[in-house]
Amino acid sequence: MQGLYKYGADPNQMTPEADGQSAIECRNLWKIFGDRAQEALIAAKAGEVDKDAALEQFGCVIGVADASFTVAQGEIFCIMGLSGSGKSTIIRHVNRLIEPTDGQVHVEGRDVMGLNPKELRELRARTIGMVFQHMALWPHKTISENVAFGLEVQKVAKAARQTAADDALQRVGLGGWGDRYPDQLSGGMQQRVGLARALAADPDILLMDEPFSALDPLIRNDLQDEFLTLSRDLKKTTLFITHDLDEAMKMGNRIAIMKDGKIDQTGTPEAIVLRPETDYVARFVSSISTLKYISASEIATSGDVATDAPVAGPDTPLPALIEMLNGDVAHIAIRDGDTLIGRVGAAEVLGTVSRDLGRR
Amino acid sequence: MDPALNPFDYFTVPFGQWSEASLNWVVGHSRSTLISAKAPVQTFLEIVQGGLESIPPTIGILGAALFGWLLSGWRLAATGFVCLTLIGLMGAWEAAMTTLSIVFAAVTLCVIIGLPIGVLAARSDAFFRILRPILDLMQTIPSFVYLVPVVMLFGIGDTPGVIVTVFFAIIPLIRLTNLGIREVREDLVEAARAFGAGPTRVLFSVQIPLARPTILAGLNQTVLLSLSMAVVASMISVAGLGRIVLEGIGRLDFGSATVGGIGIVLTAITVDRYVQALGAARRRDKVGG
Repeated sequence: MQGLYKYGADPNQMTPEADGQSAIECRNLWKIFGDRAQEALIAAKAGEVDKDAALEQFGCVIGVADASFTVAQGEIFCIMGLSGSGKSTIIRHVNRLIEPTDGQVHVEGRDVMGLNPKELRELRARTIGMVFQHMALWPHKTISENVAFGLEVQKVAKAARQTAADDALQRVGLGGWGDRYPDQLSGGMQQRVGLARALAADPDILLMDEPFSALDPLIRNDLQDEFLTLSRDLKKTTLFITHDLDEAMKMGNRIAIMKDGKIDQTGTPEAIVLRPETDYVARFVSSISTLKYISASEIATSGDVATDAPVAGPDTPLPALIEMLNGDVAHIAIRDGDTLIGRVGAAEVLGTVSRDLGRR
Repeated sequence: MDPALNPFDYFTVPFGQWSEASLNWVVGHSRSTLISAKAPVQTFLEIVQGGLESIPPTIGILGAALFGWLLSGWRLAATGFVCLTLIGLMGAWEAAMTTLSIVFAAVTLCVIIGLPIGVLAARSDAFFRILRPILDLMQTIPSFVYLVPVVMLFGIGDTPGVIVTVFFAIIPLIRLTNLGIREVREDLVEAARAFGAGPTRVLFSVQIPLARPTILAGLNQTVLLSLSMAVVASMISVAGLGRIVLEGIGRLDFGSATVGGIGIVLTAITVDRYVQALGAARRRDKVGG
């Protein structure tokens, strides 16, 4: 349920336009792998070659093609795509583990491409924390040493980084495990350590590269919930990569869907499910039930409203409406302030359910 | 025979003369460089040799046993004790110490030179592309072939013996250092970079510690190859166990050759066991914690 009301409350508040401050901004990002990347770039920009043609003509692989997106402060922004879609390549541009072929990356207003090596190392150690798909814990270091590594690199005094590591481990529910080694922990616990390592330096931004996809479904679910709770407390800007649409819907304030290095559509989970802009996105979301995302204003019909009918706002999600319809209530009045928008009764709900079932 | 079928009866390239001439040229033009390159090796060897030979056998045997016990347990202590005692009983103690000092000096030099080369090879594909055929070639050449140019360049004796041993024994260390570092999981290196580590930091905090088992396997091979080369090097008048064998063979003195041979085997067993225990001990306190 928490996933539902997270964005149900105020979906548009999180867009960068409304917020005014962006934490991460990528503009027209291109990454082309290969010796003749520059030639391929020119051709690809001119629209002369697509992914397959670039490989054939220049021997180059187009990893990211003209991707632009902005992540607002405190937002969880999901990039979703199948393997090979370029999502893991994109996330590595934010802390410049990969150099773009073309385009700009700004983190908290600073041009990442303009940083010298020392500034870049500082950005990575202090401003950005990263969590990896296969945990990537160093097996020869204790859990504490793993967690405190970023601080150690920044030459933080031993006592201070021990405290920070203990705090971070406490936060992910692993207090007291600091002296163990990674191979003594289960997969789920290892990824908690990965999260603690990313949190230890108290960075503003978290980069999560398919953090939960290597875990068992139940543990994955637990960690997703815990991460959402943690994220609400800490208000960290998060760029979250996943190949799992359900996970993207659950975690993301907004989602970008990638295909062949391009971003097909960016929007809130509701917008993606209810109003897919391309065939690819439509095919993708067809497996997802729209029912959770439909709100009252979208299904309300005009008609007489009984004076004793319960009242709901236009953004009220369908599950909540169904709950209100239980018992003797014939229909619900949908009001935006004083204006009557319409009514929702059993007929409207059933019609919606039937349409949703018909999609699949 | 017809020249078309066997042209080599009529025409050969005087390759031997060319190489001799070029070697002479190198010797003639860089004598002072060669001497100054040899000097630190000689000093180092003398220090090691002085140290090892000044230890009375009783102290040496008990010390080795104690060290073995601390390092891994009674089994290693017993191996060290028995092997060294047998060497002493055969009257080969001093020769064994000489051989050990040459091996120790050579292995130290191998580590000082080989580790950085291995690291460099792991980090630069271009460098490794050049290096690999050289290593292949060096490994194909039989050990005693190294003796000729080394004698020409550095003369005979213990110090050239160390130098030739380094050339012969360094290869596995370079190879396995390179391999070990390349084998470190890419995401572990990337994670270190993602948390702000620079290249040096990544090397010393992640790559070398994780490559350690492989590097130690290389070191073990280097030690054993050093031992075998230190014996072969007796042909260029290097003292030690090898010389006992060589003299025994020369005089058809079967007894003396046997003493030298068994001495070599016992020394090799001791050295191998201790080096392996050294690697295992490090791994244990790593996992222990």
